[in-house]
Amino acid sequence: MAMSGLDIYKLTPKTNCKECGFPTCMAFSMKVAAGGVEISKCSHMSDDAMAKLSESTAPLMKVVTFGKGETECKLGGEIVLFRHEKTFVNRNRFAVLLSDAMSQEQIDAKIANMKNVDYVRIGEEMRAEIAALQYVGNKDAYLSLVSKVKASGLKVAYMLVCPDVSVLKETLELVKDELPIVFGADSNNYQEMVALVKDLKLPLGLKAPSLAELYDLVENVQKLDYKELLLDIGSASAREAFTNAVQIRRTALKEQDRTFGYPSVVFVNELAKGDKFMEVALASLFTMKYGSLIVMDDMDYARALPLFGLRQNIYTDPQKPMRVEPEFYPINNPGDSSPVLITVDFALTYFVVSGEVERSKVPAWLGIPDAGGYSVLTAWAAGKFSGSVIAKFIKESGIESKTKCRKLIIPGKVAVLKGDIQDSLPDWEVIIGPDEAMHLPKFLRTMEGIN
Amino acid sequence: MAFKTSVQKYSGSIYNLELGTGENTLALGGQNVFPFYSFDGDTGSGVKIGLEILDIYPENWADGLKSIYGSAAENTVEWAKYAEEKFAPDFICLRFEGADPNGLNKSVEECATLAKKVANAVKLPLVIAGTQNYEKDLKLFEKVAEELEGKNILLLSAVEDNYKTVAAAGVTAYKHKVAAESSVDINLAKQLNILINQLEVKNENIIMNVGTAPVGYGFEYVASTIDRIRLAALGQNDKTLQMPIITPVSFDTWNVKESASTEEDSPEWGCQEERGIAMEVSTAASVIAVGSDAVVLRHPRSAETIRAFVDNLK
Repeated sequence: MAMSGLDIYKLTPKTNCKECGFPTCMAFSMKVAAGGVEISKCSHMSDDAMAKLSESTAPLMKVVTFGKGETECKLGGEIVLFRHEKTFVNRNRFAVLLSDAMSQEQIDAKIANMKNVDYVRIGEEMRAEIAALQYVGNKDAYLSLVSKVKASGLKVAYMLVCPDVSVLKETLELVKDELPIVFGADSNNYQEMVALVKDLKLPLGLKAPSLAELYDLVENVQKLDYKELLLDIGSASAREAFTNAVQIRRTALKEQDRTFGYPSVVFVNELAKGDKFMEVALASLFTMKYGSLIVMDDMDYARALPLFGLRQNIYTDPQKPMRVEPEFYPINNPGDSSPVLITVDFALTYFVVSGEVERSKVPAWLGIPDAGGYSVLTAWAAGKFSGSVIAKFIKESGIESKTKCRKLIIPGKVAVLKGDIQDSLPDWEVIIGPDEAMHLPKFLRTMEGIN
Repeated sequence: MAFKTSVQKYSGSIYNLELGTGENTLALGGQNVFPFYSFDGDTGSGVKIGLEILDIYPENWADGLKSIYGSAAENTVEWAKYAEEKFAPDFICLRFEGADPNGLNKSVEECATLAKKVANAVKLPLVIAGTQNYEKDLKLFEKVAEELEGKNILLLSAVEDNYKTVAAAGVTAYKHKVAAESSVDINLAKQLNILINQLEVKNENIIMNVGTAPVGYGFEYVASTIDRIRLAALGQNDKTLQMPIITPVSFDTWNVKESASTEEDSPEWGCQEERGIAMEVSTAASVIAVGSDAVVLRHPRSAETIRAFVDNLK
């Protein structure tokens, strides 16, 4: 059970030495209890007290790290069951499954798709981050598969899905420096598996036929003093997998039982049985509810566009609005005679407005100044979206050299800014746009004299 | 220690609501748990799936969709029959795009006559969607409600500016159901329900349309709003939020660039129809995962996928 600030205080030296950065031991203890600082910041704690505390003040759900450099991923560390309670912390990651039973053409096609799907959305790189490499029985083919992926130049972390310890040993020689996940420990082989990964501290994926057996397996592995774990939620049916995902997360966070305090693995590819759209539906479900590592059959744009967008939404801090980078965005291939629109940097506003401008098919420049990440009216009320902010942005952004058109369209809701902007930008014709983005297509097409 | 299932009991539950008449009556609500949390309690009537059709030819729809319906889409009554027979949805959502004052601005009489023809041609319950212009919708819903008296349809949706007429005409005068539409805000949802209650409309006659967004477009607000509505309804037994939720998923997902951009415009993105279905399926699965009891979809393939998805999780 979690300890209260008072429980922790009783174990501190109570000297108020301030070395931890807090004015009193009590203040420090309260902060530790709230999870805001590590207990190790106090250097005067007795070993006994420290052992007792580091166990009980550790996060209920462990953070597991794998991959290296730009392929490094962190999973877990979640603190709430609903994102509005605080935030979801480490976004789920998507893996694509490749196996030694697949033909070279199949493997090549999937690698090509993974390479193709790599794009930036609101400042975040979107791609399948993991190659799940499954051993089906042909060792030579498996080793060459691993080598092939490694040589392909794909920017991915590895997940070796292989229950055979001797094959794993050989495979690890190829990729152990990349800090892969080793997946496939069960009640029969877990001792050898732990021995294999322990020195390298590689995350170990555990699987069992039922939740009760998985629970026992985790306890057995913990007895071997190994805690870098991932838990397979099972693939018998979607219903069972969903139940298990919720139960694992709830047991850890609500029941405060660390036996299930680990990230989960979901083989959505197996649950969907080759149905691409079912795979999208299930991957969406597990993005919302407690899948940490989601294994897909493939990653093309049809899958990526909704799934990465959904993940980006769900893993945002509910206390901070999502923002887009202030700059000029070209829409419908604008040229040097295209008009200029201005709106705020609140991501939702940007998406709605840019979508409607796209729909209009009118080439245009969409300018996003730094408006504090608020919606149009809120930013205006806060003084972040004023005539001077807009005029300054127009002058400093370099847009005047990109287009000769001097039409500047502002949101209808801030029509009041027209005079201010006009005074600062005498060369421009400030035009009041519609109140609602949905009326932009008609507005733009009328303005440009298209039907 | 051995594993023990963690069970969460709630004091509240969602109202039962019925749409349609006779043997095709559709039940919504009734659950006292989160979606698919059968280990906690009763999951109620389960998720219902509707297909969207229009009162006009769907000129702006994706080509793949248009070809599925072929010439049936040229006649709304034929279209409704075709959708019912071929794809067996739980309900049909007839959307009056042609009544939009910014478009064809069809008269409410014309619309009501068409709605009646459709209602007489199909067995499934009808959901009537308007133009999203509240003044026009007020008149449209009133007339359609009158024309379809006794059919127990759902009027989608009453908003703050027109709820008095829509709820009074729809429920009190002509015995239909009404959807209270708020825009992704739990307080607005609650307020509108209370206002409609004050018109002597009982909760059993109200569905909530709490707003939606395609995934990637601020869907986190949708997810958290519905999470909070359900926590209040189930956990705090808040009777003003215990109505089932309907989400017109297709109204938004087909407009965003992921679905609307052609293969010519975005060659690297591949097949447009697949992207459209995937956006619709992902948004529907996500909104169902947080608590929507009914979704309106456009592509039959999306409906088929979501049907199997829901069945697999039952």
